[in-house]
Amino acid sequence: MDLDVTPQDEAFRAEARAWLHAHVPAAPLPSLETAEGFAAHRAWEAELAADRWSVVNWPTAYGGRDCGLVRWLLFEEEYYAAGAPGRVGQNGVSLLAPTLLDHGTEEQRARVLPPMARGEVVWAQAWSEPEAGSDLASLTSRAVRTDGGWLLSGQKTWSSRAPFADRAFGLFRSEPGTPKPHQELTYVMFDLRAPGVTVRPIGRLDGKPAFAELFLDEVFVPDEDVIGEPGQGWRIAMSTAANERGLTLRSPGRFLTSADRLWELWRELGAPDATRDRVADALIGARAYQLFTYAAASRFLAGTPLGPESSLNKVFWSEYDIALHETALDLLGERGESADSEWAEGYVFALAGPIYAGTNEIQRDLVAERLLGLPKGRR
Amino acid sequence: MRFLLDAEQRAFAASLDAMLTAADTPALIRRWSRGEHTGGRALWSRIADAGVFALAVPEAYDGCGPRPVDLAVAFVELGRHAVPGPLVETVTAAVLLSEPALAKRFLGSLASGETMATVALGGADGTALDGDTAALLLSLGADGLRLAPGHGPVRASLDPARRLTSLAPGGELLTPGPPLAHALTWARLATAAQALGVGLALLDRTVAYVRQRTQFGVPIGSFQAVKHRLADATIALEFARPLVFGAALTMSPADAAAAKVSACGAAYATARTALQLHGAIGYTAEYDLSLWLTKARALRTAWGTPDECRATVLGDRARRR
Repeated sequence: MDLDVTPQDEAFRAEARAWLHAHVPAAPLPSLETAEGFAAHRAWEAELAADRWSVVNWPTAYGGRDCGLVRWLLFEEEYYAAGAPGRVGQNGVSLLAPTLLDHGTEEQRARVLPPMARGEVVWAQAWSEPEAGSDLASLTSRAVRTDGGWLLSGQKTWSSRAPFADRAFGLFRSEPGTPKPHQELTYVMFDLRAPGVTVRPIGRLDGKPAFAELFLDEVFVPDEDVIGEPGQGWRIAMSTAANERGLTLRSPGRFLTSADRLWELWRELGAPDATRDRVADALIGARAYQLFTYAAASRFLAGTPLGPESSLNKVFWSEYDIALHETALDLLGERGESADSEWAEGYVFALAGPIYAGTNEIQRDLVAERLLGLPKGRR
Repeated sequence: MRFLLDAEQRAFAASLDAMLTAADTPALIRRWSRGEHTGGRALWSRIADAGVFALAVPEAYDGCGPRPVDLAVAFVELGRHAVPGPLVETVTAAVLLSEPALAKRFLGSLASGETMATVALGGADGTALDGDTAALLLSLGADGLRLAPGHGPVRASLDPARRLTSLAPGGELLTPGPPLAHALTWARLATAAQALGVGLALLDRTVAYVRQRTQFGVPIGSFQAVKHRLADATIALEFARPLVFGAALTMSPADAAAAKVSACGAAYATARTALQLHGAIGYTAEYDLSLWLTKARALRTAWGTPDECRATVLGDRARRR
């Protein structure tokens, strides 16, 4: 058992640090959830990609460095420590890309991944529907066979990044008549600007259009934009969901930096006793999350696939993120109420964490049933 | 980087677990609580024979250490079986006595299990665990580390298996400057690992209980309110675990303090959940669950309160600035 980083890994870390030091914008970019901010974040992705820093853990053929999990973790630590911008391509990079790498064709990977890596095509997710949230398998949007492809119809909602994104991916019901609802679903990529698509932005809690409703009326999708076999979408999407909850959605580097910034803030404000325990717990929680992730990465590298332990992870980081931002806002007092501070923006963002990517209630059910072996009951 | 126990460490844990399962610790703990130490002493010897105390003793003094990761592996199992006795204190004593002359004089008998040690912080005003049965009584006061000449009467602990005593003032001054900070890191690491084991045992027992306890015609473990409490206990324990082993690798005071506050907090939260989900039967002394419930409470403040451990974490962060 060790936590050792090889000299080669350290050299990689130093190279990343130097590049970030030279390139990270001095002032924070405008909010990702505005047209102006979205464009600025897209440009930042292009800058990262020009020197192959946008998707370091991807294969080199698609714009990555094939650097492996350990170096990915080190890169992320450096990335957030450098104060670099949030990642506008997150949905595509951490959800769609792993799915394509596992289940896509070579043609799909070569066509979709490089422009994703450069921020030229930004992806939104299209999972939820008005009547299918936690019970995702009950979704009713349809994909109907047509010459050379499929026609998508129905309604999707809570589609993150969709107001400004280019394309989306999601599940559609394609084979009515098969006996089980989760065997009738097909995983599809589609263009948000195609004829028949209407995107209606939704203001999140602070009013910013962070997600959208999608109305689809016989939207044509060619066969080459179906991932895997038609009807196999549920199995394919669940492997993505494990990825999302698992290693790559929230890197430890992000929380190590947030905890450090919280500690700095606490010190600047005179290290008040009232918030001392919560600041200490933020430092401890960031270290716990870092080490938990190192252990998960080590298991993964030793050949054990990620399993239900990714549900532990998702509950932990989403609740940790809220607690950390609440502490900062409490520390700031009246200043914390001001909606344009970075802490306020982070707080609003964090509030969504326990809801998306499988609510924390669903995750707790999964922990109880799959890790502890408790009997299934009514949800 | 390979932050995983290796096959040998997993086998060490499994062999300790098997030995302690066969030892019927609940009966032995109850006798220990009444001051009947024979069974507990015999088990102590077998734990020593398995090499546990030697892990804190350098090879030069008949040990095989220092091997803090293996020690953490062992203490998780000792906690899982709620083994009584001054386990953490004996390890801490081995570190306090690391000056060559003292090491030569004392460490061999600690490693072999021949001698149980206990330690009181704060000299004659401090509290020593199991001072009535430990042969080596160490008192750490303002003037250094003393060999206490005796102990006071046994006081009851919230955990009946922990027999608390004071140590008599005076005695031989062994050293004016023992390595206190380093000893505290070992003590907190061992306590954290022990608490993790206590919490894991409480979780296992409670999961088994809610699977077989039926109300309203179904196992209570099928209710979401029950599941979610157990899921939260699992999350707390599984995020404490990497802190414990991370601390064992770095042996930094901040990591050990973080491990202590997290593992003890997780074990205590699991104890509260275990008590609630067992209902009234869990609130009885005669039901064996009580042996783990009370230990989770006691370990929370042993070798550093949550407040003291958080202070260590914050102090370390300020130094790294």
